[in-house]
Amino acid sequence: MPYLWLVVFFLLPFAIVIAMSLATKTPTAPPFSFGGAQPWVNIETYHRLISEPLYLRAFLISIVNAAGTTLFCLLLGYPMALALTRVSRSARNILLMLVILPFWTSFLLRVYAWMGLMGKSSWFNAGLTEVWNWLVPVSWAVKSLPMMHSNFAVVLVMVYTYLPFMILPLYASLERLDPTLDEAALDLGSRPWQVFLDVTLPQSMPGIIAGGLLVFIPAAGELVIPSLVGDASTPMIGRVISDQFSQARDWPMASAVAVALLALMVGPTMLYSHYQARAEGAK
Amino acid sequence: MRRRPTFLLSILSFGFAFLYVPILSMVFFSFNASRLATVWGGFSTKWYGALFANKQVGEALLLSLKIAIVSSTVATILGTLAGIALVRFTKFRGRMLFSGLVTAPLIMPEVITGVSALIFFLLLASWIGWPSQRGFTTITLAHITFSMVFVTTIVQARLLQSDQAIEEAAMDLGSRPWQVLVDITLPVISPAILSGWLLAFTISLDDVVITSFTTGPGSTTLPLLIWSKVKLGVTPDINALATLMILCVGIGVAISGVVMNRAEARRLADERLAYRSQA
Repeated sequence: MPYLWLVVFFLLPFAIVIAMSLATKTPTAPPFSFGGAQPWVNIETYHRLISEPLYLRAFLISIVNAAGTTLFCLLLGYPMALALTRVSRSARNILLMLVILPFWTSFLLRVYAWMGLMGKSSWFNAGLTEVWNWLVPVSWAVKSLPMMHSNFAVVLVMVYTYLPFMILPLYASLERLDPTLDEAALDLGSRPWQVFLDVTLPQSMPGIIAGGLLVFIPAAGELVIPSLVGDASTPMIGRVISDQFSQARDWPMASAVAVALLALMVGPTMLYSHYQARAEGAK
Repeated sequence: MRRRPTFLLSILSFGFAFLYVPILSMVFFSFNASRLATVWGGFSTKWYGALFANKQVGEALLLSLKIAIVSSTVATILGTLAGIALVRFTKFRGRMLFSGLVTAPLIMPEVITGVSALIFFLLLASWIGWPSQRGFTTITLAHITFSMVFVTTIVQARLLQSDQAIEEAAMDLGSRPWQVLVDITLPVISPAILSGWLLAFTISLDDVVITSFTTGPGSTTLPLLIWSKVKLGVTPDINALATLMILCVGIGVAISGVVMNRAEARRLADERLAYRSQA
């Protein structure tokens, strides 16, 4: 039963998308047909995908944004997860709950909260503007920081919404580490930062990879955040798919971009399962 | 003798400030009298009044809840069956494809799931005339599909941890396979089923992207309503709505925390009793 369901409602639609990416765009309804010069298979859409800079650029922006989001989540999430393993047990449960809590509040409203903060009239923007004007030379001074509708805003909000996805797997892998190893390294004369680099960091690699994937994959395909706080001149790939589909009504192109994005996701996922299989083998 | 990790604790506080300042700011400004959502103009609860007077909000919430209840229930049934099948029957035809199908929606970007579901429904409509209109049914079908795999993952993890010997013992004592399922397997995995249902419910209730692709005229769920309002900019009644939702989630979390603590305490007491009667 569940098998059949997934085949009908997941595999079949996806197979249609792959077929669609090979179809030809027509001005009819539905706006495509199989055929043209080469019946059934028409790679013209993929040719356009590679040759038109718009798509390559969108892919690049998505990858850079997603990688930046992952990096900042890691830089902020790692010390947070490490700190969570050092606080007392009762405080830890409450703090963990606080990490998960935003995840249960509406995703859309968390994005919206930042729209309020970044807007020109908000106390947050005003405060940051003060700091900015105090830091930079007078000629750079601004009335308010143009935070909304920028690529910066997209990355900031993505870091905000995906941070729990990074903290939780990191915490899970850091919690399992044996503190006596740290103490042994300290006793043997390592400095605290050396202990961190040589002992803690390598052992938490599985957590880093799991958290990184959990952040990178949804960030690369993100649609809501770039449409709300992003800027139209730096489109991310999710927005391109949605625009091609509903505005340009170019279904084959939307499908081709979707297939390419998925191909991009398969790489890191394979890497992850490979790594996991090796870790299982080592045990 | 460990030094107090001042550096770590300060980053932890910064991280929590980062997580909660936007939310608290939103709550604070929901009581703002001014039309401008982020400039303080005195205390007022008028946006809550405006919210309750808005019939659209009520209708959208009702539709969202209906979709979430139906889709999470079906997704839990299907997802649990899939999880049991994957763990207990290690060899059946197409198992490879099946386990791939179960993980694929987890990593599939929502845009792609949404677009492919929409194309699928549109083509079905032009070939066999169903679904003639997109709305409740199509949204629910799409939600079931992408939330059932989360249930499967949770159930699968729980089953892998549980002791299969109990099931084998029941079989040896003469239970029929479905009796084993009802009397042993299901009770063992019931916490996983419950948390799977809750997860499917929240995913469905919160989804924007897939819903926006599979919806039709007249079917506006609450996230879609918020989405269409938020696209136009910051409005104070959304702040009020957000505050109410955070309040609901907070109460829900507090209740589940208390319930879980009680269950844990009862389990510990039971265990102690069991040990004592053994001694």
